[in-house]
Amino acid sequence: MSPAVEATALSKSHGSVRVLDSLDLRVAEGTVFALLGPNGAGKTTTVRILATLTRPGSGHARVAGHDIVTERSRVRRAISLTGQYAAVDETQTGAENLRTAARLSGLPRRAAARRAAELLERFRLAEAGDRLVRTYSGGMRRRLDLAAGLVRDPGTTRVMFLDEPTTGLDPRSRQELWDAVRELSAAGTTVFLTTQYLEEADRLADDITVLGAGRTLATGTPAALKSRYAEHRLDLVARDREAHLRLTSAASAVTTGSVTATPDALSLGVPTDGSAAHVRALLDVLDPERRDVDRFTLHTATLDDVFLALTDTTALPVNDKEPSRV
Amino acid sequence: MSDALSSATVLAGRGIRISRRNLDAVITSMMLPIMLMLVFVYFFGGAIDTGTRYVTYVVPGVLVLCAGFGAASTAVSVSEDMRLGVVDRFRTLDVGGTPFLAGHVAATVTRNALSTALVLGAAFAIGFRPAGTAAGWLAAIGLLLAWITAVSWLSAALGLVTRTAEAAGAVTFFMMFLPYPSSAFVPIETMPSWLHGFAEHQPVTPLIESMRGLLLDRPAGDAPWIALAWCAGLLTVALAASGCLFRFRTR
Repeated sequence: MSPAVEATALSKSHGSVRVLDSLDLRVAEGTVFALLGPNGAGKTTTVRILATLTRPGSGHARVAGHDIVTERSRVRRAISLTGQYAAVDETQTGAENLRTAARLSGLPRRAAARRAAELLERFRLAEAGDRLVRTYSGGMRRRLDLAAGLVRDPGTTRVMFLDEPTTGLDPRSRQELWDAVRELSAAGTTVFLTTQYLEEADRLADDITVLGAGRTLATGTPAALKSRYAEHRLDLVARDREAHLRLTSAASAVTTGSVTATPDALSLGVPTDGSAAHVRALLDVLDPERRDVDRFTLHTATLDDVFLALTDTTALPVNDKEPSRV
Repeated sequence: MSDALSSATVLAGRGIRISRRNLDAVITSMMLPIMLMLVFVYFFGGAIDTGTRYVTYVVPGVLVLCAGFGAASTAVSVSEDMRLGVVDRFRTLDVGGTPFLAGHVAATVTRNALSTALVLGAAFAIGFRPAGTAAGWLAAIGLLLAWITAVSWLSAALGLVTRTAEAAGAVTFFMMFLPYPSSAFVPIETMPSWLHGFAEHQPVTPLIESMRGLLLDRPAGDAPWIALAWCAGLLTVALAASGCLFRFRTR
């Protein structure tokens, strides 16, 4: 099957600033893809180009099988976009917003009203449907915005673009939005989302591309990225300064990875594979007499580590990070 | 084409719905011309000699002034849609720039038709007694609608270049100002001579002269044609400019 999104060497400059620099992307049909990156990495520009709102400076892309420049109308009929700010009218009701969008998508009046009602139901807005959007919570607005992107006949939206869909939402609204995204994905829609929240990408995405300054920094499944760019770590707190010294030298002797030591906090991080056997063995080797280690925690690799490792502009080697305070 | 037309209709409906709910703004935009009319008729009118009753002289000018106020709001609503990203939603639904602006303009023209009716009602109440024929009335209303459409579209184009609602409000100032240096409120002969050239040849003067002629059943000469030519010219410029600006803003 042809990929839902395929981009080759996309570039875009605003004046002399290079926003995207030869970006390649490939998103398989029916998957959830996350474009992860700090502010200014080029996420929104990428989405706007793929959703035909902005023209690429150079490069090519096909979305749902259609070229984003030469077949713009076809692409538009196969996608939906939910932008960073809910693009709904505050002084229309939820139902009116959806009916407007449905009519603009080409549905006649009655079909548009039916579609609006279905969508309100599906996004749990049926009760609020006749209230002005001005009275909605942030989460309700986002859900309405999602719904407005789906006014075309069910099934015709093949790729759904979500640009930072949960920025500024409270935890409950975020959870609700995640549920909505999972439902869409389960129904077969390809979801292309951007986020700066690693947890979001970790929970939702099948594949992730980490973007920094308009370039791809890494790409892979969440698990693959974690194992490649971050590692599990045993964080120890020594009983006193001498114990800390002894532990540090013992750790340097047994491990091939690098050890992070923070003498002032009496703490120390040692790489491990995270298994019980390895952790137990490591503790025995480092502290055979069981007097130097006061406490320990196991730090599991997270996408945060991947993200920090990849987007750190000072480009420290992966293992030289501060031990994270879990 | 029919797609574009139905999109424009849907968007006009949206615009009207939204303005119905911003009633305070709508009422303000309707009250202002009426207040100005009262100010001119009762405060200044006594001192202005126009050869007729002043209320008869001033009403066409107030109608044009009212059109300017209405048109200015188009820039604000267009600029808000651009700023808030609502336009992106429309574009992903494959709505083009022209239907988008046409929707805004149509909503403005509808609103304006209503405020014009209110101003006329108020004018009758304070003694405006036009003598125009039915054909004269129709022609006058047609001219006024053409003018409203042209300046609204110009205003919509300005809405595309301004980044904030405040700026959009500010740049449309000239539309509201244009009736003052014209024959709307005082005969041009009473202005300093260096203003005559501008006042006689700016679009509002032939528009007002022809409305006076048509509503009062007096000879209007070629003023209606000149006014119509102005409307057509302004509309053409506005269409071309807004097309370019929309493409530029949505690159």
